[in-house]
Amino acid sequence: MTAQTLGVMLCGTVLGAKRGTLAVLLFLVLVAIGLPFLAGGRGGLGVFAGPTVGFLVGWPVAAFVTGLIVERWRGANLAVVATVASIIGGIIVLYAFGIVGMSVILERTLLEAAGLVTAFIPGDIIKAVLAGLLTAALFKARPASVLSRASSDG
Amino acid sequence: MLCLTSPVETSAHRWRPGIKFALLCAATFVLLAIDSLVFQVAAFLGCLLLFALPGRTFFLAGMRALKPLWPFVVILIVWHGITQDMADGLAIVLRLMTAVGLATLVTMTTRLSDMMDFVRWALQPLARFGLQTRLVELGIALVIRFTPALAAQGRQLAQSWRARAHQKPRWQLILPLTVAAIDDAEQVAQALRARGGLMPHNSGVPTPARID
Repeated sequence: MTAQTLGVMLCGTVLGAKRGTLAVLLFLVLVAIGLPFLAGGRGGLGVFAGPTVGFLVGWPVAAFVTGLIVERWRGANLAVVATVASIIGGIIVLYAFGIVGMSVILERTLLEAAGLVTAFIPGDIIKAVLAGLLTAALFKARPASVLSRASSDG
Repeated sequence: MLCLTSPVETSAHRWRPGIKFALLCAATFVLLAIDSLVFQVAAFLGCLLLFALPGRTFFLAGMRALKPLWPFVVILIVWHGITQDMADGLAIVLRLMTAVGLATLVTMTTRLSDMMDFVRWALQPLARFGLQTRLVELGIALVIRFTPALAAQGRQLAQSWRARAHQKPRWQLILPLTVAAIDDAEQVAQALRARGGLMPHNSGVPTPARID
């Protein structure tokens, strides 16, 4: 997985739980109908039959959890909140889905499948920190557009 | 072209997408149900044949779609080589490649407009639960329209970065690009609102703009 995970994290931290989830779902529909929006110009129905399908299924949930945490946890530094939210939603929740998907498709046990993806976790932690910093910077540049922190929801 | 549909015209391009989806689901189900290595070899060869029939260009495009699977293929082969049950490993690898291959075939032989018709049809049941299918369609159209625009903006930002720095930009462009995307989205939202908005009860007929 590449910068895509960063996009999912940002969907949650910037757009909030509901809109972030909807944005990711829309993105997945576009990928499914054959637009090459995934890393390396991939897309189409094939990616939903591949070993990484669990991550795709987990994306909307990851965006939701990430967004929910940013919406609920006020009062702390936004960069910190968004980073922690991205780690919980974009890594812990997302990997749970990804590992289950991989264990089903590749016929491994959950532990074996987990072993196959742990190499990507350090990179994703960097992305979570980046998502946190970007969200805070975006909040400075366009405060009204960071919907997860908008003063009145809706 | 911004789409993975193959420009090489096949007879499957004319099939209804619903039929292709049904066939894909059935084929994937059978692939999962049967463990025999002989069956999986036959299925994979059949899938390769389907890719080969429309000619070289089509075949190579299809194989490109299978390429990202190679790390998994290597891992599985090595794994089962160590545990000495290569037949099992091969069956899993072949099943994976056939399943992804068949799904890729549907994508390559279905035009975006046909896919959209199918999405519209598939979303219909959700309309009963209050889903505004028109909004989904507009969302899809907007993303497709904005992708090249956003890509162009990215290239422009990268160019101006290179004019000022020696290295290639990496993460530095994400923030300006996100701000640009949000500004564009705000402008489009404003324009849509000025034309009557997207809220329910206006089925295509423009209504006076809401004043916020």
